[in-house]
Amino acid sequence: MPDLILSPSNYARLMEGLVVTMQVLIGSVILGSLLSLFFGIGRLSQRAWVRRASSVYVEFARGASAIILLFWMFFALPILFGIRGWSPMVAGILALGVNMGAYGAEIVRGAVNSVAKGQTEAAIALNLSNTQRLRHVVLPQAVPVILPPYGNLAIEVMKGTALVSLITLSDLAFEVQKLRVNSVVIADSATTPMLYLNVLAIYFVLAFLIDRVFKLAERRVAAKFGVKPPRRKRAGRPTAGVGVTG
Amino acid sequence: MNQLADRPKWNWDVVWEHLPAIWGGMVVIIQATLAGITIAMILGLFLALGRRSERRWISWPFAAFIDFIRSTPLLIQLFFVFFALPEMGIVLGARTSLILGLGVHYATYASEAYRAGIDAVDKGQWEAATALNLGTGTTWQKVVLPQAIPKVIPALGNFLVAMIKDAPLGSSIGVAGVLFVARSIGSQTFFYVETMTMAGILFLVVSVPAALFVQFLERKYGYEAA
Repeated sequence: MPDLILSPSNYARLMEGLVVTMQVLIGSVILGSLLSLFFGIGRLSQRAWVRRASSVYVEFARGASAIILLFWMFFALPILFGIRGWSPMVAGILALGVNMGAYGAEIVRGAVNSVAKGQTEAAIALNLSNTQRLRHVVLPQAVPVILPPYGNLAIEVMKGTALVSLITLSDLAFEVQKLRVNSVVIADSATTPMLYLNVLAIYFVLAFLIDRVFKLAERRVAAKFGVKPPRRKRAGRPTAGVGVTG
Repeated sequence: MNQLADRPKWNWDVVWEHLPAIWGGMVVIIQATLAGITIAMILGLFLALGRRSERRWISWPFAAFIDFIRSTPLLIQLFFVFFALPEMGIVLGARTSLILGLGVHYATYASEAYRAGIDAVDKGQWEAATALNLGTGTTWQKVVLPQAIPKVIPALGNFLVAMIKDAPLGSSIGVAGVLFVARSIGSQTFFYVETMTMAGILFLVVSVPAALFVQFLERKYGYEAA
Protein backbone atom coordinates (compact mmCIF):
# COMPACT_ATOMS: atom_id res chain seq x y z
CA MET A 1 0.00 0.00 0.00
CA PRO A 2 1.60 3.27 -1.09
CA ASP A 3 1.73 6.29 1.18
CA LEU A 4 -1.42 8.30 1.64
CA ILE A 5 0.66 11.42 2.14
CA LEU A 6 2.17 13.17 -0.86
CA SER A 7 5.52 14.92 -0.87
CA PRO A 8 5.67 18.55 0.39
CA SER A 9 6.43 19.83 -3.11
CA ASN A 10 3.34 18.08 -4.41
CA TYR A 11 1.21 19.70 -1.71
CA ALA A 12 2.74 23.08 -2.55
CA ARG A 13 1.57 22.65 -6.14
CA LEU A 14 -1.89 21.62 -5.04
CA MET A 15 -2.11 24.68 -2.78
CA GLU A 16 -1.26 26.92 -5.74
CA GLY A 17 -4.15 25.31 -7.54
CA LEU A 18 -6.40 25.76 -4.54
CA VAL A 19 -5.80 29.53 -4.67
CA VAL A 20 -7.11 29.64 -8.25
CA THR A 21 -10.05 27.41 -7.28
CA MET A 22 -10.91 29.83 -4.46
CA GLN A 23 -10.70 32.83 -6.78
CA VAL A 24 -13.07 31.22 -9.25
CA LEU A 25 -15.39 30.12 -6.44
CA ILE A 26 -15.59 33.52 -4.78
CA GLY A 27 -16.00 35.32 -8.11
CA SER A 28 -18.81 33.03 -9.26
CA VAL A 29 -20.63 33.10 -5.94
CA ILE A 30 -20.60 36.93 -5.94
CA LEU A 31 -21.82 37.13 -9.54
CA GLY A 32 -24.30 34.30 -8.97
CA SER A 33 -25.72 35.96 -5.87
CA LEU A 34 -26.24 39.28 -7.64
CA LEU A 35 -28.01 37.51 -10.51
CA SER A 36 -30.07 35.41 -8.07
CA LEU A 37 -31.34 38.46 -6.27
CA PHE A 38 -31.94 40.43 -9.45
CA PHE A 39 -33.80 37.74 -11.39
CA GLY A 40 -35.43 36.14 -8.35
CA ILE A 41 -37.13 39.43 -7.60
CA GLY A 42 -37.56 40.05 -11.32
CA ARG A 43 -39.73 36.95 -11.58
CA LEU A 44 -42.12 38.51 -9.06
CA SER A 45 -42.21 41.92 -10.73
CA GLN A 46 -45.52 43.62 -11.44
CA ARG A 47 -44.37 44.32 -14.99
CA ALA A 48 -45.08 41.39 -17.27
CA TRP A 49 -42.03 41.90 -19.50
CA VAL A 50 -39.66 41.87 -16.52
CA ARG A 51 -41.26 38.64 -15.30
CA ARG A 52 -41.01 37.09 -18.74
CA ALA A 53 -37.39 38.16 -19.30
CA SER A 54 -36.45 36.75 -15.90
CA SER A 55 -38.09 33.39 -16.62
CA VAL A 56 -36.34 33.18 -19.97
CA TYR A 57 -33.01 33.70 -18.21
CA VAL A 58 -33.81 31.11 -15.53
CA GLU A 59 -35.01 28.44 -17.96
CA PHE A 60 -32.17 29.04 -20.38
CA ALA A 61 -29.34 29.17 -17.84
CA ARG A 62 -30.66 26.13 -16.00
CA GLY A 63 -31.24 24.15 -19.17
CA ALA A 64 -27.78 24.79 -20.55
CA SER A 65 -25.26 22.81 -18.63
CA ALA A 66 -22.42 24.64 -16.88
CA ILE A 67 -19.78 22.89 -18.93
CA ILE A 68 -21.43 23.78 -22.26
CA LEU A 69 -21.85 27.37 -21.08
CA LEU A 70 -18.22 27.40 -20.03
CA PHE A 71 -16.91 26.15 -23.37
CA TRP A 72 -19.17 28.49 -25.28
CA MET A 73 -17.98 31.46 -23.29
CA PHE A 74 -14.36 30.47 -23.64
CA PHE A 75 -14.29 29.55 -27.33
CA ALA A 76 -17.20 31.28 -29.05
CA LEU A 77 -17.87 34.48 -27.11
CA PRO A 78 -14.53 36.22 -27.74
CA ILE A 79 -14.71 35.52 -31.49
CA LEU A 80 -18.34 36.56 -31.71
CA PHE A 81 -17.72 39.89 -30.03
CA GLY A 82 -14.17 40.39 -31.28
CA ILE A 83 -12.63 40.45 -27.81
CA ARG A 84 -8.86 40.14 -27.78
CA GLY A 85 -6.97 38.51 -24.94
CA TRP A 86 -10.09 36.96 -23.40
CA SER A 87 -9.28 35.67 -19.95
CA PRO A 88 -10.24 32.11 -19.04
CA MET A 89 -10.76 33.31 -15.45
CA VAL A 90 -13.45 35.76 -16.59
CA ALA A 91 -15.04 33.11 -18.83
CA GLY A 92 -15.09 30.65 -15.93
CA ILE A 93 -16.59 33.07 -13.44
CA LEU A 94 -19.13 34.24 -16.00
CA ALA A 95 -20.27 30.71 -16.88
CA LEU A 96 -20.47 29.41 -13.31
CA GLY A 97 -22.02 32.66 -12.05
CA VAL A 98 -24.70 32.74 -14.76
CA ASN A 99 -25.51 29.08 -14.09
CA MET A 100 -25.67 29.59 -10.34
CA GLY A 101 -27.81 32.70 -10.70
CA ALA A 102 -30.57 30.71 -12.39
CA TYR A 103 -30.79 28.21 -9.54
CA GLY A 104 -30.38 30.96 -6.96
CA ALA A 105 -33.16 33.02 -8.54
CA GLU A 106 -35.56 30.15 -7.94
CA ILE A 107 -34.49 29.96 -4.29
CA VAL A 108 -34.99 33.72 -3.84
CA ARG A 109 -38.36 33.63 -5.56
CA GLY A 110 -39.57 30.77 -3.39
CA ALA A 111 -38.35 32.48 -0.23
CA VAL A 112 -39.94 35.83 -1.08
CA ASN A 113 -43.18 34.03 -1.86
CA SER A 114 -43.04 32.31 1.51
CA VAL A 115 -43.08 35.61 3.40
CA ALA A 116 -46.58 36.08 4.85
CA LYS A 117 -48.80 38.19 2.64
CA GLY A 118 -49.90 40.32 5.56
CA GLN A 119 -46.36 41.68 5.76
CA THR A 120 -46.61 43.13 2.27
CA GLU A 121 -50.07 44.48 2.97
CA ALA A 122 -48.89 46.08 6.20
CA ALA A 123 -45.96 47.68 4.38
CA ILE A 124 -48.32 49.10 1.78
CA ALA A 125 -50.62 50.37 4.51
CA LEU A 126 -47.63 52.11 6.12
CA ASN A 127 -47.00 53.83 2.79
CA LEU A 128 -43.56 52.30 2.24
CA SER A 129 -42.28 52.47 -1.32
CA ASN A 130 -41.70 49.27 -3.29
CA THR A 131 -37.97 49.42 -2.62
CA GLN A 132 -38.41 50.11 1.08
CA ARG A 133 -40.87 47.27 1.37
CA LEU A 134 -38.45 44.89 -0.27
CA ARG A 135 -35.38 46.05 1.63
CA HIS A 136 -36.75 46.48 5.09
CA VAL A 137 -39.72 44.13 5.27
CA VAL A 138 -39.71 41.29 2.77
CA LEU A 139 -36.05 40.40 2.16
CA PRO A 140 -34.96 40.29 5.81
CA GLN A 141 -37.71 37.75 6.42
CA ALA A 142 -36.79 35.79 3.31
CA VAL A 143 -33.12 35.41 4.30
CA PRO A 144 -33.62 32.59 6.84
CA VAL A 145 -35.50 30.64 4.16
CA ILE A 146 -32.89 31.40 1.50
CA LEU A 147 -29.78 30.42 3.46
CA PRO A 148 -30.12 26.61 3.84
CA PRO A 149 -30.67 25.79 0.15
CA TYR A 150 -28.22 28.53 -0.78
CA GLY A 151 -25.45 26.82 1.18
CA ASN A 152 -26.08 23.64 -0.76
CA LEU A 153 -26.04 25.60 -4.00
CA ALA A 154 -22.67 27.11 -3.03
CA ILE A 155 -21.30 23.59 -2.54
CA GLU A 156 -22.57 22.61 -5.99
CA VAL A 157 -20.82 25.66 -7.46
CA MET A 158 -17.63 24.72 -5.60
CA LYS A 159 -17.81 21.30 -7.26
CA GLY A 160 -18.36 23.04 -10.57
CA THR A 161 -15.17 25.08 -10.28
CA ALA A 162 -13.22 21.94 -11.20
CA LEU A 163 -14.51 22.42 -14.75
CA VAL A 164 -12.37 25.52 -15.30
CA SER A 165 -9.37 23.21 -15.51
CA LEU A 166 -10.73 22.24 -18.93
CA ILE A 167 -10.36 25.80 -20.23
CA THR A 168 -6.66 26.09 -19.29
CA LEU A 169 -7.05 27.62 -15.81
CA SER A 170 -4.53 26.08 -13.42
CA ASP A 171 -6.89 25.29 -10.55
CA LEU A 172 -6.76 22.31 -8.22
CA ALA A 173 -8.12 19.90 -10.82
CA PHE A 174 -5.58 21.15 -13.36
CA GLU A 175 -2.65 20.80 -10.96
CA VAL A 176 -3.56 17.23 -10.11
CA GLN A 177 -3.64 16.33 -13.79
CA LYS A 178 -0.18 17.85 -14.20
CA LEU A 179 1.11 15.97 -11.17
CA ARG A 180 -0.28 12.71 -12.52
CA VAL A 181 1.59 13.13 -15.80
CA ASN A 182 4.75 14.12 -13.91
CA SER A 183 4.60 11.18 -11.54
CA VAL A 184 4.38 8.85 -14.52
CA VAL A 185 7.27 10.57 -16.29
CA ILE A 186 9.71 11.07 -13.40
CA ALA A 187 8.58 8.01 -11.39
CA ASP A 188 7.61 10.08 -8.37
CA SER A 189 6.60 8.17 -5.26
CA ALA A 190 3.01 9.39 -5.54
CA THR A 191 0.75 6.89 -7.21
CA THR A 192 -2.20 8.02 -9.24
CA PRO A 193 -4.95 6.77 -6.87
CA MET A 194 -3.31 8.53 -3.91
CA LEU A 195 -2.99 11.77 -5.87
CA TYR A 196 -6.69 11.82 -6.67
CA LEU A 197 -7.76 10.73 -3.20
CA ASN A 198 -5.79 13.63 -1.74
CA VAL A 199 -7.41 16.10 -4.09
CA LEU A 200 -10.88 14.67 -3.42
CA ALA A 201 -10.17 15.09 0.29
CA ILE A 202 -9.24 18.76 -0.24
CA TYR A 203 -12.51 19.37 -2.09
CA PHE A 204 -14.36 17.54 0.65
CA VAL A 205 -12.87 19.82 3.32
CA LEU A 206 -13.84 22.82 1.21
CA ALA A 207 -17.44 21.58 1.04
CA PHE A 208 -17.43 20.98 4.78
CA LEU A 209 -16.19 24.53 5.44
CA ILE A 210 -18.83 26.06 3.16
CA ASP A 211 -21.48 24.04 5.00
CA ARG A 212 -20.20 25.32 8.36
CA VAL A 213 -20.08 28.96 7.20
CA PHE A 214 -23.69 28.78 6.09
CA LYS A 215 -24.83 27.04 9.26
CA LEU A 216 -23.14 29.79 11.28
CA ALA A 217 -24.84 32.44 9.13
CA GLU A 218 -28.18 30.69 9.65
CA ARG A 219 -27.75 30.82 13.40
CA ARG A 220 -26.70 34.45 13.40
CA VAL A 221 -29.59 35.49 11.19
CA ALA A 222 -31.95 33.53 13.39
CA ALA A 223 -30.58 35.26 16.49
CA LYS A 224 -30.80 38.68 14.87
CA PHE A 225 -34.38 38.38 13.73
CA GLY A 226 -35.54 36.15 16.55
CA VAL A 227 -36.77 33.52 14.13
CA LYS A 228 -36.14 29.87 14.52
CA PRO A 229 -34.05 28.55 11.64
CA PRO A 230 -35.93 25.99 9.59
CA ARG A 231 -34.80 22.52 10.53
CA ARG A 232 -32.17 21.72 8.00
CA LYS A 233 -31.60 18.28 6.69
CA ARG A 234 -28.74 17.32 4.46
CA ALA A 235 -31.34 15.38 2.57
CA GLY A 236 -32.64 18.70 1.33
CA ARG A 237 -29.60 19.12 -0.82
CA PRO A 238 -30.64 17.38 -4.02
CA THR A 239 -33.46 19.82 -4.60
CA ALA A 240 -31.21 22.85 -4.09
CA GLY A 241 -29.24 22.92 -7.26
CA VAL A 242 -28.21 19.55 -8.38
CA GLY A 243 -26.83 19.64 -11.86
CA VAL A 244 -25.33 23.05 -11.45
CA THR A 245 -22.64 20.72 -12.43
CA GLY A 246 -20.84 17.93 -10.78
CA MET B 1 -4.67 35.80 -39.22
CA ASN B 2 -6.24 38.41 -41.48
CA GLN B 3 -8.05 35.69 -43.27
CA LEU B 4 -9.64 34.71 -40.00
CA ALA B 5 -10.50 38.27 -39.13
CA ASP B 6 -12.15 38.87 -42.51
CA ARG B 7 -14.30 35.79 -42.26
CA PRO B 8 -18.00 36.33 -41.67
CA LYS B 9 -18.89 35.97 -38.02
CA TRP B 10 -21.47 33.33 -38.70
CA ASN B 11 -21.26 30.77 -41.49
CA TRP B 12 -24.39 28.72 -42.21
CA ASP B 13 -22.55 26.26 -44.46
CA VAL B 14 -20.47 25.19 -41.50
CA VAL B 15 -23.63 24.61 -39.51
CA TRP B 16 -25.22 22.29 -42.10
CA GLU B 17 -21.98 20.48 -42.78
CA HIS B 18 -21.25 19.57 -39.18
CA LEU B 19 -24.74 19.26 -37.75
CA PRO B 20 -24.95 15.45 -38.18
CA ALA B 21 -21.60 14.88 -36.43
CA ILE B 22 -22.52 17.10 -33.50
CA TRP B 23 -25.94 15.48 -33.22
CA GLY B 24 -24.11 12.15 -33.14
CA GLY B 25 -22.23 13.47 -30.13
CA MET B 26 -25.52 14.37 -28.50
CA VAL B 27 -26.77 10.81 -29.02
CA VAL B 28 -23.68 9.53 -27.19
CA ILE B 29 -24.58 11.85 -24.30
CA ILE B 30 -28.17 10.59 -24.20
CA GLN B 31 -27.05 6.95 -24.21
CA ALA B 32 -24.54 7.53 -21.42
CA THR B 33 -27.22 9.31 -19.39
CA LEU B 34 -29.74 6.49 -19.78
CA ALA B 35 -27.17 3.90 -18.75
CA GLY B 36 -26.01 6.13 -15.89
CA ILE B 37 -29.49 6.71 -14.48
CA THR B 38 -30.11 2.95 -14.50
CA ILE B 39 -27.06 2.42 -12.30
CA ALA B 40 -28.03 5.37 -10.11
CA MET B 41 -31.55 4.01 -9.55
CA ILE B 42 -30.38 0.54 -8.54
CA LEU B 43 -27.28 1.52 -6.57
CA GLY B 44 -29.16 4.41 -4.96
CA LEU B 45 -31.72 2.05 -3.44
CA PHE B 46 -28.95 -0.18 -2.16
CA LEU B 47 -27.15 2.81 -0.61
CA ALA B 48 -30.38 4.02 0.98
CA LEU B 49 -31.00 0.63 2.59
CA GLY B 50 -27.43 0.48 3.90
CA ARG B 51 -27.69 4.02 5.20
CA ARG B 52 -30.88 3.17 7.09
CA SER B 53 -29.40 0.13 8.79
CA GLU B 54 -29.78 0.05 12.54
CA ARG B 55 -26.28 -1.30 12.96
CA ARG B 56 -23.95 1.66 13.17
CA TRP B 57 -21.00 -0.19 11.69
CA ILE B 58 -23.06 -0.66 8.53
CA SER B 59 -24.85 2.67 8.37
CA TRP B 60 -21.81 4.81 9.14
CA PRO B 61 -19.63 3.73 6.16
CA PHE B 62 -22.64 4.16 3.88
CA ALA B 63 -23.28 7.66 5.22
CA ALA B 64 -19.62 8.59 4.85
CA PHE B 65 -19.48 7.28 1.29
CA ILE B 66 -22.65 9.15 0.31
CA ASP B 67 -21.43 12.39 1.85
CA PHE B 68 -17.98 12.13 0.34
CA ILE B 69 -19.13 11.41 -3.21
CA ARG B 70 -21.80 14.09 -3.04
CA SER B 71 -19.43 16.78 -1.81
CA THR B 72 -16.64 16.30 -4.34
CA PRO B 73 -16.49 17.20 -8.03
CA LEU B 74 -17.70 14.64 -10.55
CA LEU B 75 -14.81 15.65 -12.81
CA ILE B 76 -12.20 14.42 -10.33
CA GLN B 77 -14.24 11.28 -9.75
CA LEU B 78 -14.18 10.63 -13.49
CA PHE B 79 -10.42 11.16 -13.51
CA PHE B 80 -10.16 8.69 -10.65
CA VAL B 81 -12.14 6.04 -12.51
CA PHE B 82 -10.34 6.58 -15.79
CA PHE B 83 -6.75 7.28 -14.68
CA ALA B 84 -6.40 5.80 -11.20
CA LEU B 85 -8.41 2.57 -11.32
CA PRO B 86 -6.18 1.05 -14.03
CA GLU B 87 -3.26 1.23 -11.56
CA MET B 88 -5.35 -0.84 -9.20
CA GLY B 89 -5.94 -3.38 -11.93
CA ILE B 90 -9.36 -2.17 -13.12
CA VAL B 91 -9.17 -0.96 -16.70
CA LEU B 92 -12.33 0.60 -18.11
CA GLY B 93 -12.95 2.31 -21.43
CA ALA B 94 -13.77 6.02 -21.57
CA ARG B 95 -17.50 5.49 -22.10
CA THR B 96 -17.78 2.87 -19.37
CA SER B 97 -15.88 5.17 -17.02
CA LEU B 98 -18.30 8.01 -17.75
CA ILE B 99 -21.34 5.79 -17.17
CA LEU B 100 -19.90 4.42 -13.94
CA GLY B 101 -18.90 7.89 -12.71
CA LEU B 102 -22.32 9.38 -13.47
CA GLY B 103 -24.10 6.37 -12.02
CA VAL B 104 -22.23 6.37 -8.71
CA HIS B 105 -22.32 10.16 -8.32
CA TYR B 106 -26.07 10.33 -8.83
CA ALA B 107 -26.70 7.15 -6.84
CA THR B 108 -25.67 9.13 -3.76
CA TYR B 109 -28.26 11.77 -4.59
CA ALA B 110 -30.87 9.16 -5.42
CA SER B 111 -30.21 7.39 -2.11
CA GLU B 112 -31.32 10.51 -0.24
CA ALA B 113 -34.51 10.59 -2.29
CA TYR B 114 -35.18 6.91 -1.58
CA ARG B 115 -34.52 7.50 2.09
CA ALA B 116 -37.07 10.31 2.18
CA GLY B 117 -39.54 8.11 0.32
CA ILE B 118 -39.04 5.21 2.73
CA ASP B 119 -39.32 7.49 5.76
CA ALA B 120 -42.59 8.80 4.37
CA VAL B 121 -44.21 5.36 4.50
CA ASP B 122 -46.66 5.39 7.37
CA LYS B 123 -45.49 3.77 10.57
CA GLY B 124 -48.71 1.82 10.77
CA GLN B 125 -47.69 -0.07 7.65
CA TRP B 126 -44.64 -1.44 9.45
CA GLU B 127 -46.70 -2.31 12.48
CA ALA B 128 -49.29 -4.04 10.36
CA ALA B 129 -46.57 -6.04 8.64
CA THR B 130 -45.21 -7.10 12.02
CA ALA B 131 -48.71 -7.97 13.21
CA LEU B 132 -49.20 -10.15 10.13
CA ASN B 133 -45.92 -11.86 10.97
CA LEU B 134 -44.31 -10.95 7.65
CA GLY B 135 -40.55 -11.47 7.40
CA THR B 136 -38.15 -8.58 6.87
CA GLY B 137 -37.70 -9.39 3.17
CA THR B 138 -41.41 -9.67 2.53
CA THR B 139 -42.13 -6.46 4.45
CA TRP B 140 -39.68 -4.53 2.26
CA GLN B 141 -40.66 -6.15 -1.01
CA LYS B 142 -44.40 -6.27 -0.66
CA VAL B 143 -45.25 -3.47 1.75
CA VAL B 144 -42.67 -0.72 2.08
CA LEU B 145 -40.96 -0.36 -1.29
CA PRO B 146 -44.15 -0.48 -3.41
CA GLN B 147 -45.35 2.53 -1.44
CA ALA B 148 -42.02 4.33 -1.26
CA ILE B 149 -40.84 4.10 -4.86
CA PRO B 150 -43.71 5.98 -6.57
CA LYS B 151 -42.94 8.96 -4.32
CA VAL B 152 -39.33 8.90 -5.41
CA ILE B 153 -39.98 8.90 -9.16
CA PRO B 154 -40.27 12.69 -9.63
CA ALA B 155 -36.97 13.17 -7.81
CA LEU B 156 -35.33 10.55 -10.00
CA GLY B 157 -36.66 12.41 -13.03
CA ASN B 158 -34.92 15.54 -11.83
CA PHE B 159 -31.68 13.62 -11.44
CA LEU B 160 -32.06 12.35 -14.99
CA VAL B 161 -32.25 15.95 -16.23
CA ALA B 162 -29.30 16.93 -14.05
CA MET B 163 -27.32 13.98 -15.35
CA ILE B 164 -27.81 15.00 -18.98
CA LYS B 165 -26.14 18.27 -18.05
CA ASP B 166 -23.18 16.53 -16.46
CA ALA B 167 -22.68 13.91 -19.15
CA PRO B 168 -20.61 16.24 -21.43
CA LEU B 169 -17.91 16.07 -18.74
CA GLY B 170 -17.00 12.85 -20.46
CA SER B 171 -15.14 14.91 -23.07
CA SER B 172 -12.40 15.38 -20.47
CA ILE B 173 -11.61 11.67 -20.57
CA GLY B 174 -12.11 11.35 -24.31
CA VAL B 175 -15.76 10.30 -24.68
CA ALA B 176 -16.84 11.53 -28.11
CA GLY B 177 -19.86 13.41 -26.78
CA VAL B 178 -21.31 16.63 -28.10
CA LEU B 179 -18.65 18.85 -26.56
CA PHE B 180 -15.79 16.68 -27.68
CA VAL B 181 -17.04 16.61 -31.28
CA ALA B 182 -17.76 20.35 -31.34
CA ARG B 183 -14.35 21.11 -29.95
CA SER B 184 -12.42 18.88 -32.30
CA ILE B 185 -14.24 20.27 -35.34
CA GLY B 186 -13.58 23.75 -33.97
CA SER B 187 -9.89 23.10 -33.54
CA GLN B 188 -9.58 21.75 -37.08
CA THR B 189 -11.55 24.49 -38.82
CA PHE B 190 -11.46 27.39 -36.33
CA PHE B 191 -15.23 27.65 -36.66
CA TYR B 192 -15.58 27.70 -32.88
CA VAL B 193 -18.53 30.08 -32.84
CA GLU B 194 -20.66 27.85 -35.05
CA THR B 195 -19.68 24.52 -33.54
CA MET B 196 -19.93 25.59 -29.90
CA THR B 197 -23.22 27.39 -30.48
CA MET B 198 -24.61 24.33 -32.26
CA ALA B 199 -23.51 22.16 -29.36
CA GLY B 200 -25.27 24.53 -26.97
CA ILE B 201 -28.48 24.67 -28.98
CA LEU B 202 -28.68 20.91 -29.58
CA PHE B 203 -28.12 20.49 -25.89
CA LEU B 204 -30.99 22.80 -25.01
CA VAL B 205 -33.18 21.01 -27.57
CA VAL B 206 -32.77 17.85 -25.49
CA SER B 207 -32.46 19.17 -21.94
CA VAL B 208 -35.26 21.74 -21.86
CA PRO B 209 -38.00 19.36 -23.15
CA ALA B 210 -36.70 16.69 -20.78
CA ALA B 211 -36.99 19.12 -17.87
CA LEU B 212 -40.49 20.19 -18.95
CA PHE B 213 -41.55 16.55 -19.30
CA VAL B 214 -40.33 15.77 -15.80
CA GLN B 215 -42.18 18.82 -14.45
CA PHE B 216 -45.29 17.56 -16.18
CA LEU B 217 -44.89 14.09 -14.67
CA GLU B 218 -44.32 15.67 -11.29
CA ARG B 219 -47.57 17.62 -11.50
CA LYS B 220 -49.50 14.68 -12.82
CA TYR B 221 -48.23 11.93 -10.54
CA GLY B 222 -46.24 13.62 -7.81
CA TYR B 223 -49.09 14.93 -5.72
CA GLU B 224 -51.37 12.02 -6.41
CA ALA B 225 -48.81 9.63 -4.95
CA ALA B 226 -47.93 11.88 -2.04
